Amino acid sequence: MNDIYDGLHAAFWLVVTLDAQLIEISLRSLQVSLTALVIASAIALPLGTFLAIRRFRLRRLTISLLNALMGLPPVVVGLIVYILLSRSGPFGVLGLLFTPTAMIIAQVIIITPLIASITHQAMRELWAEYHDLLISLNTSGGQRVRTLIWDGRRTLLTAALAGFGRAIGEVGAIMIVGGNIDNATRVLTTAIALETGKGDFALALALGFVLIALAIGVNIAIHWLSRTESEGRW
Amino acid sequence: MIPRFLALIIALVFASAAAAETLRMAVTTSFDNSGLSDVLLPAIERDIGLEVQLLVVGTGQALRLGEAGDVDAILVHSRAAEEAFVEAGYGTHRREIMYNDFVLIGPLSDPASVALAGSVRDALGRIAREEPAFVSRGDDSGTHKRELALWQEADFDAAGFGSWYREVGAGMGASLNTAAGLDAYILADRASWLNFGNKAGLTLLYAGDPALFNQYAFLPVNPERHDHVRADLSAQLEDWLTGPRAKELIDGYMIDGETLFTFNAEVE
Repeated sequence: MNDIYDGLHAAFWLVVTLDAQLIEISLRSLQVSLTALVIASAIALPLGTFLAIRRFRLRRLTISLLNALMGLPPVVVGLIVYILLSRSGPFGVLGLLFTPTAMIIAQVIIITPLIASITHQAMRELWAEYHDLLISLNTSGGQRVRTLIWDGRRTLLTAALAGFGRAIGEVGAIMIVGGNIDNATRVLTTAIALETGKGDFALALALGFVLIALAIGVNIAIHWLSRTESEGRW
Repeated sequence: MIPRFLALIIALVFASAAAAETLRMAVTTSFDNSGLSDVLLPAIERDIGLEVQLLVVGTGQALRLGEAGDVDAILVHSRAAEEAFVEAGYGTHRREIMYNDFVLIGPLSDPASVALAGSVRDALGRIAREEPAFVSRGDDSGTHKRELALWQEADFDAAGFGSWYREVGAGMGASLNTAAGLDAYILADRASWLNFGNKAGLTLLYAGDPALFNQYAFLPVNPERHDHVRADLSAQLEDWLTGPRAKELIDGYMIDGETLFTFNAEVE
């Protein structure tokens, strides 16, 4: 119990004194996870919607695969990305291993199936409602996808936030591909793992509280910016 | 919409691209956990304008990173493995920098009476007879290799031990945390032990046998195998690490009045 109190105390002082290192790794956490979120959403939202409105061979298989990939173990993703990006791997010439870019790549792979699956579920129901209308208006495939994404944006926001939550709290993959280098690839989760290793539980917990606060803050900010839950529209 | 979106992504991805000369070095967990890196790295940056990025891993993984060319140099502590690394042409040479020693840590109650041991061989014999919980790194690190070698020298086979011998497959700090939780014995390097924050019911029980000597060496990765490796920068770093300023900082680094490392590089 004492450790938790010490952690809260340390977190409070880190935040109040605007600790330079804390700000740096928090910003890097946000930078990596938000970039991964933007890229993953750009892939997953159209993909999930497309799967909801188009019938094709192997569609069922694609959807089951996507659902299975939601549970992709981050450590395995990390290891595969590591081997691909290593100097002796196929993409070694790019020199991306142990950079924030490598961490973004790993996180995109982890969260894209999650966002796509939730999108697909939501869009399937919306499509049932819009089906007749959009068919009778003789819309093109692209128009249908755009209409559904726009009208289903609130559910999709939830999908994106679920993806963000998984990305910012993830440690297994980014530890392997980022290497937890001070001033280069250290983020909140890897710093927590490091401080726990040093036996400095107070600092580790403090960073943990900052991470939780950050996740809550981003969620509130996105909801506020997109004006959900406002009067008359919930 | 689309160009702006792409610009945003590019800006986010490259926002942190650093401009200074950087060198990647894989080091053992003890170098970083001891806190010595926090003293040396800023001094290196001030003196020779070189930003050293540390990858803190076990010796086994550090050597793998060097083989693959993912780092420019390594600083580890496992002589046989280091010599094999140079032999195979992955590194240009091996340069000794500093040493400290391994220590046997265990519970205050000391059920195996390790504190009374006359040598490390005797200490391990007592542990093997009593069979109290013993935590092994189990991660192919320098400390793990040394522990296995010590068991072998004491005529025990660690692979044949019962459930009291626990391989955790983790770094020094994480293994110490496990030992603290289990009230177990563990072999640690002195620097990591002194800098460890969660000592709980553990204490230093045995140290001082010459067999516990722990030499750290610097190995630049061979640029002939990987052209992107910055041999020029690792040569600069080697000069600094073997120079007077490094000697002063390494010898002067203390925790609770105890010296952690002793500089022993031969100056050419």
